[in-house]
Amino acid sequence: MDTTIHGSYSLEGFIMKFSDFVCYEAINANVTATTKEAVIREMVQSLLNVGKIPGGEVEGILKAIMKREELGSTGIGRGVAVPHTKHPSVNKLIGTVAISKQGIDFESLDGEKVQLLFLLISPPDRPGDHLRALENISRQLRDDTFCKSLRMAKSPEEVKKLLDEADAHQHTH
Amino acid sequence: MAAFASRTVVVKNPQGLHLRPAELLAKLSQQYPCKIEILHNNERVDAKSIFAVVTLVAMQGTELCFEANGDNAETALEAIAKLFDEQFGEAE
Repeated sequence: MDTTIHGSYSLEGFIMKFSDFVCYEAINANVTATTKEAVIREMVQSLLNVGKIPGGEVEGILKAIMKREELGSTGIGRGVAVPHTKHPSVNKLIGTVAISKQGIDFESLDGEKVQLLFLLISPPDRPGDHLRALENISRQLRDDTFCKSLRMAKSPEEVKKLLDEADAHQHTH
Repeated sequence: MAAFASRTVVVKNPQGLHLRPAELLAKLSQQYPCKIEILHNNERVDAKSIFAVVTLVAMQGTELCFEANGDNAETALEAIAKLFDEQFGEAE
């Protein structure tokens, strides 16, 4: 499966989709955490629960993500945050989505609370995959309707459906 | 009098134009009153928007053409070129 992400595609020729990196089973449509660290921990834990990361690596991954946050918040505005890190415990880019109904103070660039979180963990030697995932997230979330629908999603299934619709829509361009 | 300036820069940092460089670029661009756009692969994006900058998928070695229109256009692109030259503080 790895080759579907970082195979022989040219940089310009391959657009990454949500389905290429989002672990649907780890989606949380209503996180209960109220702080940045707690929500990130909840998301990393979700990936552990579905066997995407080894148990012994949780604290290391969490620490690496928080260290990245110290360099500057990944709350990029519009209520969106993309906490991320490179980590050798994964051999392909993985990610998950969490939605906070109440919003979380993330020290975002625009000062807004974060409601939509996309967490990414990528292998250290695949910067291209990370860039393409960021591209996908940023491009899709520029659409206000998509953001609003995601914020209102009530279940992981609804989130998955919205991500799938966004993926399908890409093919028309 | 509105000024126009253009400049081509190269992404030098190994990780490419990921979120942090994109944020630094957007923040720097926002400090200038002129309109600043990036042309790449037949796309034209707003350098002041982190969402837009990230959609470039600019890997190490990518050439990006900047165009600035308005007050301080030349100064803005000078500062932006410096940011790229300094690899967004990520030089190893």
